[in-house]
Amino acid sequence: MIPIVLNVNDVDYEIMIKPGEMLLETLRKIGFTSVKKGCDTGSCGVCSILLNGKVIPSCSYFTSKVQEKKVITIDGVEQKAREIGKFLLAEGVDQCGFCSPGLIMSIIAMENELKEFSEYNIKHYLVGNLCRCTGYEGQIRAIKKYLEVS
Amino acid sequence: MSINKSIPKVDGIGLVTGKPAYTDDLAPTDSLIVKVLRSPYAYAKIKNINTENALKVKGIEIILTHKNVPDKMYTRAGQSAPEPSPYDKKILDEYVRYIGDEVAVVAGINEEVVDKAIKKIRVDYEVFNPVLDYESAIGNKTRVHDPDLGTVKFDIGRDASKNIAASYRMEIGDVEKEFNVSDYYYEDVYYTQAQAHLASEPHASYAYLDLQDRLNIVTSTQTPFHVRRIVGQTLDIPLSKIRVFKPRIGGGYGGKQFIHGEFFVSLVTLRTKKPSKLIFSRKEVFSASNTRHPMRVKIRIGAMKDGMINSLEMKILSNTGAYGEHSLTVLMVAGSKTLPLYNKVNAVKFSGDVVYTNTTPAGAYRGYGAIQGNFALESAIDEMASLLKMDPIEFRRKNMINEGETSKIFEVMGEGTEGTAQIIESCKLQQCISEVKERIDWDRKYPKIDVDENTVRSVGLAIAMQGSGIPFIDMGSAIIKLNDDGFFNLLVGATDLGTGSDTVLAQIAAEVLEVDTSKIIVYSSDTDLTPYDVGAYASSTTYVSGKSVYLTAKKMLDEMKERAKEILKVEDVEYSKGIFKSNDKEISLKEFSNEMYYGEDMKQLVASESYYGVKSPPPYMACACEVEINKNTGKLKVINCVASVDCGVTLNPNLAKIQVEGALVQGLGMALYEHAERSENGNLYNNTYLNYGAPTKMEIGKLDVSFVESYEPSGPFGAKSVGEIGIDTPPAVISNAIKNAFGVRMKKLPITPERIWESINNKK
Repeated sequence: MIPIVLNVNDVDYEIMIKPGEMLLETLRKIGFTSVKKGCDTGSCGVCSILLNGKVIPSCSYFTSKVQEKKVITIDGVEQKAREIGKFLLAEGVDQCGFCSPGLIMSIIAMENELKEFSEYNIKHYLVGNLCRCTGYEGQIRAIKKYLEVS
Repeated sequence: MSINKSIPKVDGIGLVTGKPAYTDDLAPTDSLIVKVLRSPYAYAKIKNINTENALKVKGIEIILTHKNVPDKMYTRAGQSAPEPSPYDKKILDEYVRYIGDEVAVVAGINEEVVDKAIKKIRVDYEVFNPVLDYESAIGNKTRVHDPDLGTVKFDIGRDASKNIAASYRMEIGDVEKEFNVSDYYYEDVYYTQAQAHLASEPHASYAYLDLQDRLNIVTSTQTPFHVRRIVGQTLDIPLSKIRVFKPRIGGGYGGKQFIHGEFFVSLVTLRTKKPSKLIFSRKEVFSASNTRHPMRVKIRIGAMKDGMINSLEMKILSNTGAYGEHSLTVLMVAGSKTLPLYNKVNAVKFSGDVVYTNTTPAGAYRGYGAIQGNFALESAIDEMASLLKMDPIEFRRKNMINEGETSKIFEVMGEGTEGTAQIIESCKLQQCISEVKERIDWDRKYPKIDVDENTVRSVGLAIAMQGSGIPFIDMGSAIIKLNDDGFFNLLVGATDLGTGSDTVLAQIAAEVLEVDTSKIIVYSSDTDLTPYDVGAYASSTTYVSGKSVYLTAKKMLDEMKERAKEILKVEDVEYSKGIFKSNDKEISLKEFSNEMYYGEDMKQLVASESYYGVKSPPPYMACACEVEINKNTGKLKVINCVASVDCGVTLNPNLAKIQVEGALVQGLGMALYEHAERSENGNLYNNTYLNYGAPTKMEIGKLDVSFVESYEPSGPFGAKSVGEIGIDTPPAVISNAIKNAFGVRMKKLPITPERIWESINNKK
């Protein structure tokens, strides 16, 4: 076991990890069950978190590489998440909800990163957040309303 | 007040902000980790299994094999008893029948020790020749199941000596006689593939013993009550000693109408007395849960010169894989939820066999046979229209079912049993077609527009029907409890999969009780705390469970009025929007409820009612797509997908719309991209999101979903179902669009660019 200090939502956690442990596993182990496990291959987006402001799939990132970096889960951006969440709810695209926290983290990263929110840009940025319930169209409607773009 | 309003999902904000909600979020942190050693062979007998070294791994608590679990047959299908599925599965068996079948179950204190122990289990297999091609299953030398083993609860046409899990046949009139007098005749064979459900949340369950030493199973299931019954009867535990509840479910689409890890966590916990959990890996979800039944559908149509179809026949071969869950019923739905669309025929015949093979088992999947049957039927309808040189839409309009009509098929075919006769009291299919035609600008775009020398744009259309629950089988019930301060608890056995049914059911109660939806606190679904419900499947929740909520709320209202009369000391009382009134006297609901619990004559008010359908009113829809196809590459892009649905009154228009949009994209995935494929040795190999290829945000262009409202007199506030119907049309719509572009008929799913390119080029 390796001792590390993990900064999650501006709190330092002194924890022991296994060699090869992935960030998703670590986060769930220390209580951040908001980060979901969906595919084990970094392709579905339900485990998305922010690492130094950039969105990453936490299932495919070694915990040991996170030292000295800042991890933000949806719990760390509760107000913003609720604000975006309201738009998802208003379109009925929260549905089963399993992919929603990951989607919201990606939307937050997108807002910081993109300058222009064309429909293509939005779809392209969020392509890694898979959803089987909604067919995506309603998500795009919600996101455009949230970003106040037509 | 509450009905026909897009009220946000009551649990939505908690879900989207990531609050602990799903099975794995709630499992005790000291749960034993349970994992499964799975068969590397498509068909083998376990000659010997040695767990001695594995048990020596420190931290391993128990290992289950076929030698130490109850030797009893059951079915994993989550259906009402007696199930129409064969009892052909053991908890663990000495035979393994597909790559991924369970060999041993290991439980230990963490993943590392369990993984280590699994590697130390030594298994000697006697490997057999598997049956992998379902078209050669009947009469194959290899028998997937011992003909002497396995039972059925009633005749489902099973003959394991021929690898037949179930079969069915019916004929109304004489189809051959009708075909002989037809002016035009078309027949062809269509193929549909295995599709994965792809619920975001992998299958998950955990178990623990409570303070009364009862087995508690928490599981991501669509059918908690069926799970309790199946686990109890198979493990010989009185049902009173079992509690099953589902937390929030991360998507189901039929995939969770099935027992997955429930037996394993139950046995581990019963024997070790410790909590245990089993969370499937994504690869296990793909390879070792279930898929849609692949089918070969032969369709025959005869029509007269005047454009009337006189005869229809559908003959199916369906692949259920290693075990026969949902085999008979999915087969029957392929006919019973498609053929009544064309109800003016003189004769109609439906028959089919469902065969065992050594592949990943098939199970329930949104559409449940209807999508397979619809692909063949709605493609064939376009073919017949083209033989008749008729417009395919006019051809449909002339032949299809209308309000006030019926089809003999309703009476003859049910799901595993005889059907139930019904007159269609709500059907706005003609208007749905008009709506779709207009919205997609059909008349201008049909059949195709050449964009440039390499690119064609074309349109295709299909219609569909589904059902609303299974009559006389699906049952739902509700309890409503009045609280002080004037709000209500609504307890339902119905199982919200994320569809928003908790919200819709609350809306129904709120409408009857004339209160805001926020005054209805919903809880679902828990075998200890909520009344019985078959669960969320067969498009039954809004129609069947919803009706039970409606009746329960009515009963609560009646009881409250009776008590209000006593409190107000009057003969008669009116109730409106939270106020009981009689002449000059009145009492608010809040005051009334406080009187119930703190007044002179105290009483807890509780009401309960249940409901089972006596008919299954179909929702209807029309769908058209505009596609753009590159002739050089075969690449097809869906530019616009327009659908118009008649699901009665939409109780929550937003949630209804998302049901249809989500189903359309799942259907387009089936039409164009998805295929759970197997290698030559039977391995389902594209078992990750990366290589399975379900649609992302980039593939599908625009979706345009609208509703044509009808009123279904038997449904709660005029509603019918909407959960499945949306998935049925895309395969035929795409195939019809390609025919309209190039004159070639795509008969095999998925319709990939390679297959399109081949068809175009073979034609030349």
